Amino acid sequence: MKSKLKFLEEAIPKLIVAPTFLIMIIFIYGFIAWNFILSLTTSKLLPVYTFAGLKQYYSLFDNMKWWLAMENLLIFSSLFIGLCLIIGLLLAIFIDQKIRFEGIFRTIYLYPMALSFIATGTVWQWMLNPGLGLEKFVIDLGFTNFTFDWIINSEMAIYTIIIAAVWQSTGFVMVLILAGLRGINHEVINAAKIDGASLPLIYWKIIIPQLGPVFFSSVIILLHIAIKTFDLVVVMTKSGPGFSTVLPSIFMYDYSFARNKLAFGASSAMIMLFFIMIFVVPYLYRELRKNS
Amino acid sequence: MIKTQKTNISAILSRILIYTILTISALYFLLPIFVMIITSVKDIDEIKNGNLLSLPQNITFQPWVEAWSQARIGASSDGIKPYFINSILITVPAVLISCIIGALNGYVFSKWRFKGSEVFFSLLLFGCFIPFQVVLLPMSQTMGYLGLSGSVAGLIFVHVVYGTAFTTLFFRNFYVSIPTELINAAKIDGAGFFRIFFKILLPVSLPIFMVCIIWQMTQIWNEFLFGITFSDSDTQPVTVALNNLVNSTSTVKKYNVDMAAALIAVAPTLIAYIISGKYFVKGLMAGAVK
Repeated sequence: MKSKLKFLEEAIPKLIVAPTFLIMIIFIYGFIAWNFILSLTTSKLLPVYTFAGLKQYYSLFDNMKWWLAMENLLIFSSLFIGLCLIIGLLLAIFIDQKIRFEGIFRTIYLYPMALSFIATGTVWQWMLNPGLGLEKFVIDLGFTNFTFDWIINSEMAIYTIIIAAVWQSTGFVMVLILAGLRGINHEVINAAKIDGASLPLIYWKIIIPQLGPVFFSSVIILLHIAIKTFDLVVVMTKSGPGFSTVLPSIFMYDYSFARNKLAFGASSAMIMLFFIMIFVVPYLYRELRKNS
Repeated sequence: MIKTQKTNISAILSRILIYTILTISALYFLLPIFVMIITSVKDIDEIKNGNLLSLPQNITFQPWVEAWSQARIGASSDGIKPYFINSILITVPAVLISCIIGALNGYVFSKWRFKGSEVFFSLLLFGCFIPFQVVLLPMSQTMGYLGLSGSVAGLIFVHVVYGTAFTTLFFRNFYVSIPTELINAAKIDGAGFFRIFFKILLPVSLPIFMVCIIWQMTQIWNEFLFGITFSDSDTQPVTVALNNLVNSTSTVKKYNVDMAAALIAVAPTLIAYIISGKYFVKGLMAGAVK
């Protein structure tokens, strides 16, 4: 009787996590496998399971629009990550100078993270609209030749997405870096100060190199945001003008649901997963080893 | 003497510089919300004749009324209100269910580890990072089989499924920091799984519940991809409705109504952030530094 109870006692934790285990196996790993299988078929409007090998991947790599999406993702993610890190670092350093109203500044820099990309896109689309937005404002100030029409210019439109995305995510990086700064040992810094090192030099030579892990986490998270970016483009440019602001996420959605090329859409999703895995798997591996 | 005066002046100058930069940055971050607010209370003539930053001359709340209950979104003209309600109906249950499951999972992964539980947790953690595009097609098939296509229940289900990895992570990392000696002592005294959870862990879990609830609420309320993929015209969440309003091609552009609708759509998460920013920040950090 007692051993039976003990057995039950030992089984409870496993029973508690069993539903999550099932859900994970089906809805994460099972679905990834399912999506992979779909990408190997000829499915159009509905799934059909006729094996077609890597046909979809070949036509994906032959598709100009896919390469444009990849190129845009490269531009978008490098500038987005770079700008967020630089501005976030500078803001964090300035905020860390024992200033007054620190809480207020921090609250202001971070509030965009509470907004949806759809709302952020709505207001930036309005501000960047050349007829009534910032362009008109500057013209009204007397600079009659001023033009700022990036959002309707197919060469420049991707940069308007970057502006909005950087505005949204910089505060997040600032908070991460600030936490990193607060965790640094101040003895070395004080010693350097006594030796007469200037503050910028101390930051450049002593403090910033110690922030490596924080930068690493930030890059992974920003990259993850970048690869998933979808809403912002939908609301700001609808991947236009033309297809100039198409991203892999938009491409996947468009082919899977609007153009009814399921297998083709599935193949583009696999490539997206592949790119995230390249960065995330080593990151998780490192984090998990650190913890155990 | 001269030297100290010099350092004083440069110290003061650098203080001024720091505050100036911080203030300009703050103005930059506030600009969009300021533009949203002033635009939402101007009438359309004033918008066309004035400019982005000109203050409203005749404040009108008509755009807010229109955005809330009259604006044309899709086929109906009931404003953003029905979609706002949809978002509440989706968010509240999805947040509660995912947080409760996360608490129990996190408790097991921190205090009742078994052979393989660490591997299981790592596999789950990976689920936080997959691009949802990769599950979109199988999910829409499955929703069809289950009869959940286009329903609020379906959206709740999706958010619970893909939110649980995060909530489990939050609770696990929090419970790890509670001394295991306490749990072991309780076990020796004969306390079981649930007794330990309710008597020892739950009473100290309020902060992590706050973090988890605010994080999940922000994620689910602001979510768009699942919303647009798995909803019907009458079950759309507010983000999808806002996009339909802003990008509708059929009607004359009413920027003031767009801005009022956007402010209504962000109000719940923005208010949650302002009154409990501390928990919001903790959630961000926990989600980032695993």
